Amino acid sequence: MSTLTGHPQQRRARSVLPWLAAPALVVFVGFAVVPLVGVFALSFTTWDGIGAIHQSGLTSWRAVLSDPGLPHALWVTFMVMAVSWAVQTPVSILLGTFLAGRQRYRAVLGVVYFVPLMLSSAAIAIAYKALLDPNFGLGAGLKLPLLSQDWLGRPGLAFGIVVFVVSWQFVPFHSLIYQGGVQQIPNSLYEAAQLDGAGRIRQFFSITLPQLRYTIITSSTLMVVGSLTFFDLIFVLTEGGPGDATRVLALDMYKRGFQASLMGPASVIAVILVLVGLALALLLRRLGGRDAGASQLEGA
Amino acid sequence: MTATLPEARRPHKTARRERQRRSPQPTRRRNWAGGLAGWLWLVVVAVPLYWTLITSLKAQSRYYTSNPLVPSGDPTLDNYRLVIESDFLRYFLNSVVVTAGAVVPAVVFSFMAAYAIVRGWRMRLLRAMNGLFLMGLAIPLQATVIPVYLIIIKLQLYDTLLALILPSIAFAIPLSVLVLANFIRDVPKELFDSMRVDGATEWTTLWRLAAPLTRPAILTVTIFNALTIWNGFLLPLVLTQSPERRTLPLALWTFQGQYGVNVPAVLAAVVLTTLPVLVLYAFGRRQLLSGLTAGFSR
Repeated sequence: MSTLTGHPQQRRARSVLPWLAAPALVVFVGFAVVPLVGVFALSFTTWDGIGAIHQSGLTSWRAVLSDPGLPHALWVTFMVMAVSWAVQTPVSILLGTFLAGRQRYRAVLGVVYFVPLMLSSAAIAIAYKALLDPNFGLGAGLKLPLLSQDWLGRPGLAFGIVVFVVSWQFVPFHSLIYQGGVQQIPNSLYEAAQLDGAGRIRQFFSITLPQLRYTIITSSTLMVVGSLTFFDLIFVLTEGGPGDATRVLALDMYKRGFQASLMGPASVIAVILVLVGLALALLLRRLGGRDAGASQLEGA
Repeated sequence: MTATLPEARRPHKTARRERQRRSPQPTRRRNWAGGLAGWLWLVVVAVPLYWTLITSLKAQSRYYTSNPLVPSGDPTLDNYRLVIESDFLRYFLNSVVVTAGAVVPAVVFSFMAAYAIVRGWRMRLLRAMNGLFLMGLAIPLQATVIPVYLIIIKLQLYDTLLALILPSIAFAIPLSVLVLANFIRDVPKELFDSMRVDGATEWTTLWRLAAPLTRPAILTVTIFNALTIWNGFLLPLVLTQSPERRTLPLALWTFQGQYGVNVPAVLAAVVLTTLPVLVLYAFGRRQLLSGLTAGFSR
């Protein structure tokens, strides 16, 4: 605060500001920062979720790190992240560019696109479970063998379905971000390109995509960090199954902690989840030169 | 002859230029790839929604025999009656209490914090606070649910609605502060200065100047948070136990466990839990979409 300059009354007025931020800070610290520190602490304890908490040193860490379930959960989490990113990003860019155009029907389509984002993951998962039922679902009813497979009963298919449903839910959101990004590209760039005789496809790759660079970073950051939090959808849709085929880290944490009453190992998983999230955010920031947060601060 | 020129057909040249600035694609040429993808995606999105709706109106006996994409000839509301009779209203009210109870403080607190961060950007303390909130964006807050559970038990709030409200506020803060700060930053500095010259306190400036000028952003953040909290599943799953405390998504899940065989009834429950949100969407759509676009893509 010593950096403050100006009149004395200005300084006095300014000093109120931290108090305005205090309520948000208190709640955030109490229910996000303290738990964040707490989860590190709990990873060195044994707790069944009800009884007393005991210090147990590295026991939980050793148990988790030597468990073949961990590399598997990490791999599944990474695959869900990577594949759903690879599916969602091109589709979202394409749809976002399309929606940025000005025909009226595009706006109407945009309204429908957005509906899935309104629904709870639980509702979506439950509807898809019924829809994909091999005996009574859509495929069986239409008598299409191709569509009436045991979608959620076979590991590869179940993984594909998870990625599909995730994309179904979140592509609209990301296309909206891209729509905003495209609309901010100066029109003069396209006019210049047109004068130079660049075609539509050329324009897309030479102007639209490079101009969307920071939008891509923002969207990807949200996508990647968000994919770490896919819990409800997968929990309701597959419960991590068949076997452990869709058991992502967040689900692994819940199952160890709240189903198997092993809060210590579950906390270890949570710590790993935090570390993965931070690492990814930093990596993306490096890649893009700035991240979703920093981009907002420029010119502040 | 001039009539054949597209420009001449448009009466308001300035309006056109305005639109053109916002949307770079010339209207005259069609975006075939985008158009195809657009209609395909419409099918991908609409078919499951349509199927859910028409199936929820079928009698259970009809469900197994009829074509799944053809609406029932004699639609029935029996499924909906079954869902509503299984305490739907209570779960609905729980969701309302949790959502309203969390969103109002979350937005008010976030707005105050965002204002402080923008106005006091030169204070190291506030910059550090901002950094802390930004960190919250990068960390999957789900990872903190075990300590949250412990804290809620220690506070003797387990299995209460307040147990859902408190962490929901915390989870809502990072993004809300980010979006609101973005908008407050756009308020011309001169306005703040003239308020100060008039002797207004920060508190007055906050509510009389910043809040009205950033109303669209506040509304957007409110809708967005309401949506997230309304649809929340993990916190109710972990922090409540008794059926009386269930919120809609959790109730939906348990209902599915109970009535899993009665698919039309389960889907009626899906539609019912979704309906309030869709009504909200119908009213707040423009606000939500434009706000989100502005909030994320700059």
